[in-house]
Amino acid sequence: MLSMESKIAVFEKLYALWLREFKVFLRERSRLVASTFTPLLWLFVIGTGFGSVATLSSGSSIGYQKFIFPGIICMSIIFTSVFFGSYVIWDRKFDFLKSVMVAPVGRGTIFVGKALGGMTSSLIQAAILLLIGVLIGITYSPLGMIEVIVIVLLLSFTLTSLGLAIGSYMQSLEGFQLIASFVVFPLFFLSGALFPLDKLPQWLTVITSVDPATYAVDAMRIAVLGIGSKPFVFDMVIVLVYAISLGAIGAYSFGRMKAV
Amino acid sequence: MIKIRNLTKRYENLTAVDDINLEIAKGEVFGLLGPNGAGKTTVIHMLATLLKPTSGTAIVNGYDVVTEPGKVRSSIGIVFQAPSSDDMLTGYENLKIHAFLYGVPSYEREKRIQSVLELVGLADRQHDEVKKYSGGMRRRLEIARGLLHKPKVMFLDEPTLGLDPSSRGMMWEYVQKLVKEEDMTFILTTHYMEEADRLCNRIGIIDQGKIIALDTPANLKKLIGGDIVKIKSKSYPDLENLKKLIYIRKIELIDGEIIMYVDNARANIPDILRHLEAEYVEFRSPDLNDVFLKLASKNLKESVEGGYMERYAQYGK
Repeated sequence: MLSMESKIAVFEKLYALWLREFKVFLRERSRLVASTFTPLLWLFVIGTGFGSVATLSSGSSIGYQKFIFPGIICMSIIFTSVFFGSYVIWDRKFDFLKSVMVAPVGRGTIFVGKALGGMTSSLIQAAILLLIGVLIGITYSPLGMIEVIVIVLLLSFTLTSLGLAIGSYMQSLEGFQLIASFVVFPLFFLSGALFPLDKLPQWLTVITSVDPATYAVDAMRIAVLGIGSKPFVFDMVIVLVYAISLGAIGAYSFGRMKAV
Repeated sequence: MIKIRNLTKRYENLTAVDDINLEIAKGEVFGLLGPNGAGKTTVIHMLATLLKPTSGTAIVNGYDVVTEPGKVRSSIGIVFQAPSSDDMLTGYENLKIHAFLYGVPSYEREKRIQSVLELVGLADRQHDEVKKYSGGMRRRLEIARGLLHKPKVMFLDEPTLGLDPSSRGMMWEYVQKLVKEEDMTFILTTHYMEEADRLCNRIGIIDQGKIIALDTPANLKKLIGGDIVKIKSKSYPDLENLKKLIYIRKIELIDGEIIMYVDNARANIPDILRHLEAEYVEFRSPDLNDVFLKLASKNLKESVEGGYMERYAQYGK
């Protein structure tokens, strides 16, 4: 058991690590602009383009653009979170990581601090997209907003953990990007962000069901549009299980990461 | 303050640090010298708990680096070879984050940050982003960061590499001041012999993972034996005759110049000149470069900074 004093100390250290990530995020405007631009491209170009030919399941009054909107929010979280892992490699390149590791801070704390930074980035991205959602005629309920925040935090923790775990093993940015792309695109395409999953052939259904983003997208659709194929709580439990598992893997990876 | 016991670091096909034993007292400034790849940084990294020894251990400020890394980390400050501050943040922000990480109590945080900024002369630039700092300022910020939590031991890994002479002088002043006022213990690695000579009470020369010499700078220089006299003779010199002179310890002919190791060169050069007709004469006291070259293996010549060693390399042969 940690004493009260050391609990406060851990909290302060987490705050410091988070603060650093947050300030860097705020100062790197280009990062924010670039990572907001891609989802908008999907929403307005793919959403409008495919919207003109795609017909969703009968009886649905929601257009294709609105249908993919929750998926696009998840997409932005997937990309932001996984690629956040590349900052471990940056930190190592510039020796900042070494300066943190030589401080009396546990590896688990460093991991969580970093993950909090990634979650904050995702939350800000999601908030921007939610505002843009108003433009395409989405209306939000207060409960829906709370649900969205919970989904964003859980999904981004899950995938930031994954990104950080990958980053902790990689030496080069190029290597990281290669591996991360292998992870990110299947996560996104198999999540049901762009199409309903209920009419897929069975082999594809099996694959989509192991993708944590599938459940986040479904939950997001319930929170934002009020439609979904599975119960909200069921989705959230699955995402939570992934969050805990990948969080543990991430913390373990940080623990065995070499300092120099 | 530091006790190193059989410290060893082995990689697959390389022994980076080979069974080192060493004690460093409180308030001492200890210099680790050695060619690139000799194991200096590896020793520092093990003492700073960043690297696990293959065998052996070290006690830093009473704590074992292998079994009590957390307590060791709280006791030490470190300045790495390359600046490690986040250059997207301001100097102040970097210090604030590290004050939290080191658990500097909240009532002292601001005061400490300002006092270390004051010490390294960065108080007026504290709210600029580090990317706008010069190399010297970055290095000073590292020093400030290392001092935030009032460490008992400070490690400086080539602290003045790439700094201009005035920044280097400043760095030396901080070290001397901190030893005097805070009784801090320093371990530094350097390639600048002048720096080691000026700052360090004791020097360990490390080569291929082993400490091959350990003494005060003055005693190390005595190993060379006498002043170094270089004479270009107009005619072919009669070395046999010169060798009879009692104050000449060693004599060599290199590239047409006579190199002699001479006791009290200032007084004896006139006598030497009676034995040969000189085109020119140079003489100097031995410095740590000579010691370094005499002791360390041949492959080190290329490693030393600034071409200075190249010019004097011939003396060491």
